[in-house]
Amino acid sequence: MQLTPEHEQIRRTLRTIIDRDINPHVDDWEQAGIFPAHDVFKKLGDAGLLGINKPVEYGGAGLDYSYAMVMAEELGHINCGSVPMAIGVQTDMATPALARFGNDALRKEFLAPSIAGDYVACLGVSEVGAGSDVASIKTTARRVGGDYVINGGKMWTTNGTQADWMCLLANTGDGSVHRNKSLICLPMKTKGVQVVKKLDKLGMRSSDTAQIFFDEVKVPVRNLIGQEGMGFTYQMQQFQEERLWGAISAVVGMDRLIDQTIEYTRDRKAFGRSLLDNQVIHFKLAELKTEVEVLRSLCYRACEEYLAGNDVTMLASMAKLKAGRVVRQVADGCLQYWGGAGYLWESPTARAFRDTRLASIGGGADEVMLQIICKHMGTLPRLENR
Amino acid sequence: MQFTAEHEELRRTWRTVIDREINPYVDEWEQEGIFPAHAVFKKLGDAGLLGVDKPVEFGGAGLDFSYAMVCSESLGHVNGGSVPMAVGVQISMATPALARFGSDDLRREFLAPSISGDYVACLGVSEVGAGSDVASIKTTARRVGGDYVINGGKMWTTNGTQADWMCLLANTGEGDAHRNKSLLCVPMKTKGVQVVKKLDKLGMRASDTAQIFFDEVKVPVRNLIGQEGMGFVYQMKQFQEERLWAGAGTLQGCDRIINATIDYTRERKVFGRPLLDNQVIHFRLAELKSEVEGLRALVYRACEEYLAGNDVTMLASMAKLKAGRLRREVSDACLQYWGGAGYLWDNPVGRSFRDGRLGSIGGGADEIMLQIIAKLMGTLPKPAAK
Repeated sequence: MQLTPEHEQIRRTLRTIIDRDINPHVDDWEQAGIFPAHDVFKKLGDAGLLGINKPVEYGGAGLDYSYAMVMAEELGHINCGSVPMAIGVQTDMATPALARFGNDALRKEFLAPSIAGDYVACLGVSEVGAGSDVASIKTTARRVGGDYVINGGKMWTTNGTQADWMCLLANTGDGSVHRNKSLICLPMKTKGVQVVKKLDKLGMRSSDTAQIFFDEVKVPVRNLIGQEGMGFTYQMQQFQEERLWGAISAVVGMDRLIDQTIEYTRDRKAFGRSLLDNQVIHFKLAELKTEVEVLRSLCYRACEEYLAGNDVTMLASMAKLKAGRVVRQVADGCLQYWGGAGYLWESPTARAFRDTRLASIGGGADEVMLQIICKHMGTLPRLENR
Repeated sequence: MQFTAEHEELRRTWRTVIDREINPYVDEWEQEGIFPAHAVFKKLGDAGLLGVDKPVEFGGAGLDFSYAMVCSESLGHVNGGSVPMAVGVQISMATPALARFGSDDLRREFLAPSISGDYVACLGVSEVGAGSDVASIKTTARRVGGDYVINGGKMWTTNGTQADWMCLLANTGEGDAHRNKSLLCVPMKTKGVQVVKKLDKLGMRASDTAQIFFDEVKVPVRNLIGQEGMGFVYQMKQFQEERLWAGAGTLQGCDRIINATIDYTRERKVFGRPLLDNQVIHFRLAELKSEVEGLRALVYRACEEYLAGNDVTMLASMAKLKAGRLRREVSDACLQYWGGAGYLWDNPVGRSFRDGRLGSIGGGADEIMLQIIAKLMGTLPKPAAK
């Protein structure tokens, strides 16, 4: 993948906003357990960063996926995992299906303000009883006159306490679990939507994660994205981008953590020499850096194949899997060399250790990625290989 | 990296030649401890496979390095590591410096017949006392009249008992260990060249590895490749391609072993079901396959950067390191699922276990790769980083 000056321009623009409007406040936000999504998104929206690969008619830049990937990569300069994740939900998880399959009116109503940064979006897929196993969600949206009436609940909803609207996956019919679901744009202020609680998590502390209930929530049928019954299929496509996003967004954070660890261990003296001069340390950091470059290469390759119009389910799943594995290895490996300093709550290593642990769980757990890869390799037992 | 129809054609040609001329005989050659390099190379030369990236004036195809990389990858289809290694020495280890820096006369004399498959080449760098630490070799070539007179010895010389000529690295002067060396073409029939013994190895059994002595060996000064004193520099460049070759050469071998293991464990029934149906097995194979695709992405990316004229020392070293690590992991993990069958001498996985072990030692050990990566990361202790 050869990057152009336009790619570099996106990096610079984002970097400026991160250094000026995000990083100086991250520690406060982590403390507060939430970040001001509307303020931050408005700044990103004004800079044209929330719709890089979205249609120009709705305020997007209409660029190809490689530009979105570069943005996701650059988000690694943010001093925590929470804010990048929230941005990723907005650009790569809650909006791709709407941008691709939504009608014009719906895109004007929900996509345009999300690209402008006026609306915060969230994605409603996971439930208490269904996370990685998407097909088994229980939330229903039954048609009554010109409305869908929604009942049920969602869990693990990133941006959930601040979002203006949700891209909701619900069962709109009976029958095959892969053909009875639909994606619906749901304004969060609608009567009957209740944010039950903000969840208290091991990491990603400045991201608000909510549990949400729906009690006879009515939205007009025109809020349906694309066709009824196609929700599972759309969501599976949307997952591809979510997974690539999950993989590439991990890369720069690891580069930085390794660099910070090099600086720290160079300055830190033990037994009369720099810690870094211990071969076990500089070799281990070289090995970790190699794994990070493997992941970066895998993401670039998947992106290239995606742009060439090929199915990248397998490569995207591999990249997501590898990312989940490597971030844990890097965070844990680096923390060790910081000793007590790395164990402090606000140290970059401790934060990385907490935040990155989610990567192997969210957006499809490692085991789900393995399942998908096995399916493509044709190695699943017959019963599971439906 | 986007491959062309020509790349695919090259892959097909290799596959045909390997299926017809190589794989049916590998078991025999392994048994005999040597393969007929002249006969095999002649067939490869006739098919135009020994000079894809070499100048057309000397019989090459004049294509870029991506085609050489495809050769390396394609050779993974050979059922064993010995023949690919021998071919690799011929194409990407002993001849790149000659092709790039040699005079026309010298290229006519040594390069052209190596491309046509009439000559077998070997590389004389490692010695008993100097392997990965190339600068400390002891073999000398002192100038006497119109000749170099060579004394010393080489060790670990692949193709050493069959080669027609050696690309020899020797000290041609005193002083700085990085500027006193030269590369010379040495015909192996020259008086004073003595193949002391064929070494008995853990793996790579069909490859002849020799120890060689030089006792007052005279070669004309015109056999010097490029400039005197530039040998170390040329060799370091030659090493880049050797390392990328090693990275690419690991890919298909790993694919082959993983696929063979899928086939075997699908057939093999234990406790009433195929071994493969055990999640621990199909997940493990999916994880290994993900690592292989990661390495593939890294190799392709390094190749792309190399073609774009960038310095790829770091990426090539990472690819070599990762290849060494991964081949061992794949062979060892797969062998386990074959049980006793995998432990048999002629089993492809058992052979991969033996042959692949060399990957972390030959062509610069893993630790040398880590050293190079650490150097480029700026993390080596000062005295060693001169």
